[in-house]
Amino acid sequence: MSLDNILTNWSRYRKGAEEGGFHEYEHQWGMVVDLNKCIGCNACSVACYAENNLPVVGEKRCGKNQAMNWLRIERYWDEPDLAPYEAIPTANVDAWIEGNPPAKKTELKPSMPSSYLPGLLEQDGQSFEQRVGFDGTKSEFQDFGASFLPMMCQQCHAATCEPVCPVAATYHTPDGLNAQVYNRCIGSRYCSNNCPYRLRYFNFWSYYEDAWPEPLHMQLNPDLSVRDKGVMEKCTFCIQRIRVAKDKAKMEDRKVIDGEFSTACVQTCPTGALVFGDMQNPESQVSKLWSYHQVERGKTKQNKENKELRGYRILEGLNTDPSVLYLERVREV
Amino acid sequence: MKYVNEKDINEEIKWAQINTDILQSLQNPRKAYWIAIAVCLAMLSCAVVAEVYQYQTGLGVADLNRPHMWGLYIATFIFWIGMSHSGTLLSAILHIIHADWRKPIYRFAEAMTTFSLMTAGFFPMIHLGRMWNLYWVIPYVSDRGIWPNFRSPLVWDAFAITTYLTSSALFLFIGMIPDLAICRDNVTGWRRKLYTVLSLGWQGTDRQWRHFRKTYMLMACFLIPLAVSVHSIVSSDFAMSIMPGWHVTSFPPYFVAGALYSGCAAIITLFILLRYFFRLEEYMTVALMEKTCKLTFAIAMVWTYLNLVEFGATWYGHDPVAKEVLISKFVGPFAPYFWAMMFFGSVLPFALAFEKLRRHMATMMVVSILLNVGMWLERWMIVGPTLSHAYAPEAWNFMWPSIVQWAIVFGSFGWFGLLFLIFVKVFPCVSMYEVKEMVFHRRREAHAEVAEKFHRRAADVQQATGRPSAEGA
Repeated sequence: MSLDNILTNWSRYRKGAEEGGFHEYEHQWGMVVDLNKCIGCNACSVACYAENNLPVVGEKRCGKNQAMNWLRIERYWDEPDLAPYEAIPTANVDAWIEGNPPAKKTELKPSMPSSYLPGLLEQDGQSFEQRVGFDGTKSEFQDFGASFLPMMCQQCHAATCEPVCPVAATYHTPDGLNAQVYNRCIGSRYCSNNCPYRLRYFNFWSYYEDAWPEPLHMQLNPDLSVRDKGVMEKCTFCIQRIRVAKDKAKMEDRKVIDGEFSTACVQTCPTGALVFGDMQNPESQVSKLWSYHQVERGKTKQNKENKELRGYRILEGLNTDPSVLYLERVREV
Repeated sequence: MKYVNEKDINEEIKWAQINTDILQSLQNPRKAYWIAIAVCLAMLSCAVVAEVYQYQTGLGVADLNRPHMWGLYIATFIFWIGMSHSGTLLSAILHIIHADWRKPIYRFAEAMTTFSLMTAGFFPMIHLGRMWNLYWVIPYVSDRGIWPNFRSPLVWDAFAITTYLTSSALFLFIGMIPDLAICRDNVTGWRRKLYTVLSLGWQGTDRQWRHFRKTYMLMACFLIPLAVSVHSIVSSDFAMSIMPGWHVTSFPPYFVAGALYSGCAAIITLFILLRYFFRLEEYMTVALMEKTCKLTFAIAMVWTYLNLVEFGATWYGHDPVAKEVLISKFVGPFAPYFWAMMFFGSVLPFALAFEKLRRHMATMMVVSILLNVGMWLERWMIVGPTLSHAYAPEAWNFMWPSIVQWAIVFGSFGWFGLLFLIFVKVFPCVSMYEVKEMVFHRRREAHAEVAEKFHRRAADVQQATGRPSAEGA
């Protein structure tokens, strides 16, 4: 341990700090989520549970916000100004059912669908009008519809979780992924506190004792571990699949082909709302979508020539540089 | 203004009397002492049971959840770290500026520093998901070549707290060496052996005193920037993050002010307890109490100012998310605790501005405890609201701590109390040699004053009569 040795090899030890900023990556795995196509069916979330050995924590713990859904569908009630009052399809649902869509917008007056599923609409002794607030009282739920936002780890390039981990358990891979080393994690949970998207999940319990009672343990994916209590975990873009694909490509002495594999959520999405791929490959669907929507990495604000393009990244202004591109949902009004 | 001439200490007190008075506090404990020990042990065992249960089951039993990853543990951690700062303030800062009124009351404040740091150190360990891997935060040389992440404020925390604990324990010990020698010369049995070892062969020679003074001053100078940096680093746990309500530049001074504040309030509480239980009214005088209260009041106002600065900066900064957090403090689910914090922290200290109240021990006991309740709430108001109201609306939530969290927080007071009680029975809680110095200086000052008056009068007489007075001759 001479001084020379320390000074020369100092950087070798600073594993946590050596990455950061922009690098020549082997791949840059990225995703595109088309919110026009998302129907909020949660199939992606279920697929993620199955692929990544996520514990089903049960109703009680779920109610305490201790659920482990790496990919969650956030539901937002639409703002009233997104859909003018006249355009509510339920307002004239009888006509819709009979195959006579309203000819003019003016026909869609705020007439209440009293004949529409009366049994369902009357709950807790309240009429539909009372419950949705059409009689002037406050609404329990919105009547303009909902938007769905699939939220998985955004795999930020300037990830806020990475610098704060005391033991460097979370780091940036040469694939541009924001990875978590489960064995290294000591559970300080700072990364989760510092994630503006709240996409890091903590094993508050030893779920393996009760999440997969026999014979459910037979369905566990052997390609990755079951995490114990006290470990932080998160979406990894199904890194086990990435590794297999890369290994295979290497053995066959070629590059990974776009569409050769995909993550569990992408594979499962029934409407094709999710697209996954290597953004360094200009031929991949993902990089084509990114460039089509004129969204660039490493920016806190995009200067689009065409303002009508739908691409955006969530909380881009925080300069976390996420790898997931969302395409805005567009509706006729 | 009838109290103005009251003395910090009775300068006519004999040195041997000082020894006797202080050493009697090490005599056989009274019944109240054993009751206090039993209460502290009971509190501590609550925490031990809760911690063992949590260790076995996982942090889920603390009812922590996804946005609320840190709960009372981190809030109480900051509280204890903060409480440790006034020992340094009182003994080191007042030492280097030669404010000798600190002398009778600094010893227990330093002990408080050391023990509250030892309490604080437990909380980051308790809150870890896998605390058996705690040592991974330490940069030990391993053949895997994996070091901690030096960019993380939590690593700085580990360094800062360890350094501060070591230094303040050393400072406490060094300052106690002459007193340990006095103890050694006055006791028998196991205590004699203990003090013989600890007093490091102190003889009171000139050479020893010279080295002692230098060392003590050096430690004091070393500790002051360290104390400021420790709480600044603790504030970095929050200020270095990106979260609204935490990402605030004024956090380091704000935390340091809060730390000194809660420490001073705790000093007042312990001051009154020691004064009453060990009958140290002769040394822990009302005049010293007043000075401590004035210091606390000044720091309370600094804290209030920095609080207002933070609110103003957030409000006029127009960051909508940070503003949302601020509003949630004002009117959200945390509002009762927030306003209680504002009342105890900023309004209640005005009680210290009234001389009558400052001099009333029972009142000050209640006030100082309430001030510390306010400061504890402040720490909770830093940790809680930001986690419940951050960027992701999906994760907006409110967490009420479970009984496990409460038990561990409650038990930490028992642990601190236990350490402190043992300390005051084993070591002199008032510095004998410094009180002697103080008495000596005060007596000399008083004599000088008398002599000056005398000479002035003699000169007057000479001027009036034209011949030297009999007194002046």
